[in-house]
Amino acid sequence: MYFLLVYMYIKNHVYMFPDLLGCHGKCRRYLFCCFQDRAGQFFSSGHTNNWAVLVCTSRFWFNYRHVANTLSVYRSVKRLGIPDSHIVLMLADDMACNHRNPKPATVFSHKNMELNVYGDDVEVDYRGYEVTVENFLRILTGRLPPSTPRSKRLLSDDRSNILIYLTGHGGNGFLKFQDSEEISNVELADAFEQMWQKRRYNELLFIIDTCQGASMYERFYSPNLMALASSQVGEDSLSHQPDLAIGVHLMDRYTFYLLEFLEDIHPASKTNMNDLFKVCPKSQCVSTPGHRTDLFLRDPGSVLITDFFGSVRKVELTMETINLTDPIDAESGELQKEMHTYADQLPVSEIIHQKPKQKDWHPPDGFILGLWTLILLVFFQTYGVKHLKHIF
Amino acid sequence: MATTEVERRRGQLAALSIAAVVIIVGVPLWWRTTETYRAWLPVSQIKELAKLQLHLSADVEVVFARGTVTPEQQKKVPLTQTQNMEHRVDGDSFNAILTPMRLSNSASVEADLSLHTLSESPSGSLVVYVIPESSSLLPQNVDVYIGQRRTALLRIGSQMRVGKTLEQLLAHMEPRIKQVLHVMSFSHTDITAALSNRVRISPGNKESIADSMRAFKSSPGYEITFSLLNPDPKSHRLHWDIEGAVETYIQPLLTKLSPVANFSIDSQTLYYAMLGVNPRFDSSRSTYTLNADSLAHVINPVEARLGSNAASSNPVLNFLLYIPDAHHSPLYIHDHKKQQVPTNAFHSPRWGGIMVYNVNEFYEVDTVFPVDINIDMAKVMGVFLAQLRLLLGVQSSTPPPGFLVAPCGNAGLADWELDRLMWSRSVENIATATTTITSLAQLLDQIGNIVINDNIAQQVSSAVTSLQLAVSELEAGNLGFALQYSKEAILSSERAFFDPSLLHLLYFPDDQKFAIYIPLFLPMCVPILLSLLKIVSEARQKHREKKPKKD
Repeated sequence: MYFLLVYMYIKNHVYMFPDLLGCHGKCRRYLFCCFQDRAGQFFSSGHTNNWAVLVCTSRFWFNYRHVANTLSVYRSVKRLGIPDSHIVLMLADDMACNHRNPKPATVFSHKNMELNVYGDDVEVDYRGYEVTVENFLRILTGRLPPSTPRSKRLLSDDRSNILIYLTGHGGNGFLKFQDSEEISNVELADAFEQMWQKRRYNELLFIIDTCQGASMYERFYSPNLMALASSQVGEDSLSHQPDLAIGVHLMDRYTFYLLEFLEDIHPASKTNMNDLFKVCPKSQCVSTPGHRTDLFLRDPGSVLITDFFGSVRKVELTMETINLTDPIDAESGELQKEMHTYADQLPVSEIIHQKPKQKDWHPPDGFILGLWTLILLVFFQTYGVKHLKHIF
Repeated sequence: MATTEVERRRGQLAALSIAAVVIIVGVPLWWRTTETYRAWLPVSQIKELAKLQLHLSADVEVVFARGTVTPEQQKKVPLTQTQNMEHRVDGDSFNAILTPMRLSNSASVEADLSLHTLSESPSGSLVVYVIPESSSLLPQNVDVYIGQRRTALLRIGSQMRVGKTLEQLLAHMEPRIKQVLHVMSFSHTDITAALSNRVRISPGNKESIADSMRAFKSSPGYEITFSLLNPDPKSHRLHWDIEGAVETYIQPLLTKLSPVANFSIDSQTLYYAMLGVNPRFDSSRSTYTLNADSLAHVINPVEARLGSNAASSNPVLNFLLYIPDAHHSPLYIHDHKKQQVPTNAFHSPRWGGIMVYNVNEFYEVDTVFPVDINIDMAKVMGVFLAQLRLLLGVQSSTPPPGFLVAPCGNAGLADWELDRLMWSRSVENIATATTTITSLAQLLDQIGNIVINDNIAQQVSSAVTSLQLAVSELEAGNLGFALQYSKEAILSSERAFFDPSLLHLLYFPDDQKFAIYIPLFLPMCVPILLSLLKIVSEARQKHREKKPKKD
């Protein structure tokens, strides 16, 4: 019994990557000059594509606000240009279609139901019980089974800027997933180091909106990481307003003011990170938001919001062309026409006229045997063994 | 009295035997059963590989044509000469470049040239013909001509009139041949760019940074998607023979690049796909214009509709052909100086390219809509091919002054350009695979609890073997084999690093370990320890009692 309990405890606490002793040898640093001319923007950030990993870790109806948090960041990030193929959205519970939702298929972020962040085209990549510590770490490190589809992978390269947003219930040094397991700050830091070793990111922005969120970025040691948290160690992050019709708190304060800030950003805006650090001061948030920029190489004042939240492409004009003189082979065109036929998906005629398969005979299984043994035993117990000779 | 004595002896024996069983049988059993399975890894070989000393060796054959050397000098020309240039890259990886040069004489350059255009030089080698100053093979202001195959014509300088000594001649030729080598095979900047994973990039050269950001990283396969965007199907009914065009124009390039990577091509047509930007009307030219600044915002709204192959994780190159709708025709792209871009196309690094194809000249104002339009695929594919070359990293920086580069042939790729790509890809693959293997070995070394399955150990071993083979092939100058081994090394190392089983790690911080073991072992160990202590104290007491008796 003891062993069973211990085994269950071990099974539910699958940790990985403990105290990795720092990065091996020197940290590779990339130096970029900032050029003054317009082409300088090409080089100032050094990234060519953007990714976002948005995670909501809590379930149950009363944690509605965490799902609304994540969806509002998702909405901003999509509006500013990152396509769904570059967003990994993990929602631990389904609030829009929850039985307790008085307005089904909606998730609101503001009371009086002003803004429906669920929208028409939300694409959730990991839903419900798929949101686990293991899956989250697999996404970050890339160690997914080969059968995982493209939409569930983080296919970033060394020129990708990644935005990671976590929200849920947390504590000093951990974040709770699904009310049953935790991810610790050591594991998160080690996962980022694994990403750095494999050059899976150019720069990474980590935002966390939980209680004592600043403890989660304390242990980072890889370069090019910038982190923001909604509260310091020892403080709780508070929720914003409840909506009386829906009956739960709709958003957390930090993400509410973050969303307000992001609504003013458009793809061509030049707002930088220093403005983002000022979002939700103590007067509005009650908790003290914190940030960490010592591992980040560039000056935060030169980092645009759209470097992480949007997807502004670098573009070059094509100046050359190749002179092609061969004509296209006309014959191949006619052959192609015959190849367009409809392929039967299922052999329907065979299936309709199939006879039921002969099932092999199996001896009666354990339950039946046991039942009969019990009956026989009771019979002989009551009536005595001497009747055996009448049976056999 | 005797029975209590016997009882006590029996008790002592029982305690002692239980303690013996626990220590001799129990502890090893517990140790073996809680051990994690770790297959053997070739750690020492991995450490050696981490030092990454690469020797790149290129064969250069220099042929002196008639009129460049005197007959006496002809006899004295050495047959081979080895040039050794050592470069240090970031202090912990070295390049030593050896170029064995074979010097030979030729009476007739034209005959030789025709011979060489027929025969294939092996991959990675070069032939340089040195022609006299007054030769008419090259135009006046051109000193070097680089051919489609692996040949180059080098005009001997005016200082080197006949009469100088052989040593001066060779000393004069050396730097110029090195320059040709830099353009056609590899240079220090190319190798540094290929090693960018391990190496600090100095921001000095703007062009090289742009080159490294633009081209896709080395990958075993790429997917190419051609999309036709028709925002106005009511006005234009478009026909494009994409299959024929791909077969005729794109496939030769991809076939030539097959040693480098696998390619898969698909195509699609998207209707009602708009650009996200409103073009401006330019009244002076009565055309619609797209400013270079607004091009960056064009891609994102379209990308959401493009789609990609869900099964593979290969990088995708998108080539879009946009036909402007009838109300916004003709549409031209203007650069920063408000000049029309002749190709009417632009590309985005590591993503793909977009070309705007105007069809308003195919019909007049009063034609019946929709109009059938056949797209001129040669023109379109010419632009896409140029963009494809840029995105794959084939194109390099502009050649130095005085160089004339022959246009690439029908395949869209000259042999020496393929060699260039193969050199940098081999180096990049070797560097990436080495970094992956070393960081994996370090990770597995530092975390004692991780389980190393046999298949991971096998992948690591095969990666190490392939790396060693690749390095030795590079040194020998066999470029094709080197690239092949480096690709195998990359595949094995990636498979080993990204194996899903490397996450099945049981991690317990120390306080949790105590919390688990104490309730299990303490109740068992305490009676044993106490009884052992009791035995020891009784034995000591008896010994003390015996002592006064002895005295």
